[in-house]
Amino acid sequence: MALLQNTNYDFIKWRWHAIALSAIVILAGLAYGATKGIPLGIDFSGGTIMIVKFEQPVSDDQVRNALSSIAGEQVIQTYGDPAQNQKVIRLPQLIQEQGAALDQNARAVVDALNAANLGKIEVISQDLVGPVIGADLQRRGIYAMLASIVGITIYIGLRFRFAFAIGAIAATFHDILIAVAFLFFMGYDLSLNVVAAILTITGYSVNDTIVIFDRVRENLRSKRRDSLEKVVNESVNQTLSRTIITAGTTFLAVLALYLFGGEVLEAFAFTMLVGIISGTYSTIFIASSIAIILSSKQAKARTTSARKTV
Amino acid sequence: MAKNLKWKFLSIVAVLALAVFAFYPPDQKVKLGLDLKGGVQLVLRVQTDDALRLETQTTADRLGEQLKTKNVAVTAITVDSATAFTVSGVAPDKDAEFRSSLVEVETNYDRSSGAGTYTFTLKPNIVVQLREDTVNQALQTIERRVNELGVAEPIIARHTAADQIMVQLPGVTDVNRAKEIIRSTAQLELKQVEQGPFSDEAAARAALGGNVPPDMQVLPGTIEAAPGQPAGTGYYVVRRVPAVTGRDLRNARPTLDENNRPAVSFSLNNEGARKFGAFTQANIGRQLGIVLDNRVQSAPVIQSRIDDEGRITGNFTNQESQDLSLKLRSGALPANLTYLEERTVGPSLGADSIRAGVMSAAGGLLLVTLFMLVYYKAAGINALLSIGANLIILLGLMAYAGATMTLPGIAGFILTIGMGVDSNVLIFERIKEELATAKGVKQAVSAGFDRVLLTILDTHVASLIAAAFLFNFGTSSIRGFALTLTIGLLSNVFTAYFVSRTLFEATLSGRNVQKLSI
Repeated sequence: MALLQNTNYDFIKWRWHAIALSAIVILAGLAYGATKGIPLGIDFSGGTIMIVKFEQPVSDDQVRNALSSIAGEQVIQTYGDPAQNQKVIRLPQLIQEQGAALDQNARAVVDALNAANLGKIEVISQDLVGPVIGADLQRRGIYAMLASIVGITIYIGLRFRFAFAIGAIAATFHDILIAVAFLFFMGYDLSLNVVAAILTITGYSVNDTIVIFDRVRENLRSKRRDSLEKVVNESVNQTLSRTIITAGTTFLAVLALYLFGGEVLEAFAFTMLVGIISGTYSTIFIASSIAIILSSKQAKARTTSARKTV
Repeated sequence: MAKNLKWKFLSIVAVLALAVFAFYPPDQKVKLGLDLKGGVQLVLRVQTDDALRLETQTTADRLGEQLKTKNVAVTAITVDSATAFTVSGVAPDKDAEFRSSLVEVETNYDRSSGAGTYTFTLKPNIVVQLREDTVNQALQTIERRVNELGVAEPIIARHTAADQIMVQLPGVTDVNRAKEIIRSTAQLELKQVEQGPFSDEAAARAALGGNVPPDMQVLPGTIEAAPGQPAGTGYYVVRRVPAVTGRDLRNARPTLDENNRPAVSFSLNNEGARKFGAFTQANIGRQLGIVLDNRVQSAPVIQSRIDDEGRITGNFTNQESQDLSLKLRSGALPANLTYLEERTVGPSLGADSIRAGVMSAAGGLLLVTLFMLVYYKAAGINALLSIGANLIILLGLMAYAGATMTLPGIAGFILTIGMGVDSNVLIFERIKEELATAKGVKQAVSAGFDRVLLTILDTHVASLIAAAFLFNFGTSSIRGFALTLTIGLLSNVFTAYFVSRTLFEATLSGRNVQKLSI
């Protein structure tokens, strides 16, 4: 069986369209984030998340009414299989007055639920994050992402031409921004797991790009006469079946995670799914396009300066 | 060739056998993280300022006493902040004598002076040192308390910021009790009661003429009521410097008082017994304040000289008296603690997560298997065997390194499957290309593997860079993911290149294969 063998699509011709399309999605994501605010999960913003199991079925509104005396905007949703009567309750960061204990909100929730006659309750998980930890994680998350991008850029810069390293990194940034944009659109919070997924995408996206660049390098040696554009386009085509198949299989594996992995990993798996699609797309359209655009500028600069000296 | 192959096979079998040996039986050798096993993770901040303030207060007090014995009169000694105190109103003619008293103070404090007023500020390197010591002391105290609690496999470690400590208690269900035990300072002091009890603080101050002298303090406390009556709160005037502190404790254990109510009895070490004996001898007929965390628990009248035994009574439950003895035995915390983060996972949720994780890994493997067999036919079996080998080695290395399996770690397994497929597809597609250029099957396979090796190495290095920073960033569950990913990447180089190639060579050796099922 063979898929996409010996193709000869002119991907490079579409580069400006591709860049425009990506720009639209990314700008929409940024606009969304700028107007509605970045939806930070409690890992980063601080706050309280509890999962409470009720003895009998209760509605979100019943829970909301029971908690009406607690300050702050509460989010109440069903957690997992509805037959298990589990609710997830999110409470924002307490304004830390002097001596306000971290678990003040959580205790208030348990007391209020016990007082509301909703039957016996069991807290099956609770996450309480103080503002110090949240701010610390924000800082370190950004640091980790930038540092890993710089590290990868340096590695690719050592192994390939510099223009290629820029292409690969542009593609990586592209994938991160696309993933974040879709997280916004789908209403997922930025949590620790999501940031882990985004960091994984950095590695994955560069993976694909390196495979094509390796092929470009190999072809540049054997086909010195052809233009860079032609060589790159050929290399993309030669590796196309591999690119699509691996993206497809990894997508299948992560899809299983998305479907069966439970709520804890849902946002993680979703981010990965977007990242895999975007990574494949950016590998084909973005990384090599930018490498070519930068290379041709360098080449032009070199020929003009060469002419001057002659 | 055949002999070469035999050795390759043997080495693969040996690696796999070692891996299986490392993780078998998995329920004993693979450590589960809190998110899968259930338990609580706490991040605490040590209020190191407390320790600095104590140091400054003690130094100021000691200087004050020194000046008194030397007859150097000063207007006031005030503690301005946790790291600084001021001596004001030093008479000009006593200046030289004052300065000569500063030898001890100036080892730790910088002096700045102006017209009879001296300000002493803790030296920056001493501040750093004191903070560091305080966090380490707190860490050791928490360790002792957690060990006494009897939690299996706890983790107590410095967290990311300098003043933070992370505590993981697997399997603990009574989180509030654990938190209380870890956090209470448990500072026991035996102090002389000067007056009291008074019904409120104002009355206690009024008895001192409105001004509390520097060597006295007013503390809240419990007033023993007649048996059967609830105890009330009152205020005592006590001497600030304790006769004996919890540092001189040798042991503490739960006991019963004369009314058969739970109490805690303690015994003192030699040094403590000597001090306590002298103190009680000199104060027969007066009240002894048993002060716990700046609250007078009880104030019995000293009947006779007591050397090394004492008892703390109060309205304890059995549990409380046990917990208090535990805390006293493990020593006082050098500073207050505040909780910054608390994550609790109930055991039922952990079991659900394991089920979901295993389900999704199996589902992912099944989908990938189907695809590989349909698309690559017989060669797909090679790929699956090498991916299987990768997962076995991954499990083995994780068990060997003592790594913890977390829910994100299971996601790491699934991505490792994806990575294994990726390398195999890369190789297979290359072999197909080489076959198309009309080489023999063996040459095509060999060229395919050779050409792809560099690409595989490049991609893996890039992914390893990302995984390393992920590990650096992460909290413990994310670290589980980063570690799984890292080990998976490393062993994938071995399985995708070496194992898969050996399998190909084994199928092709000794036969004249014309067509490859790929």
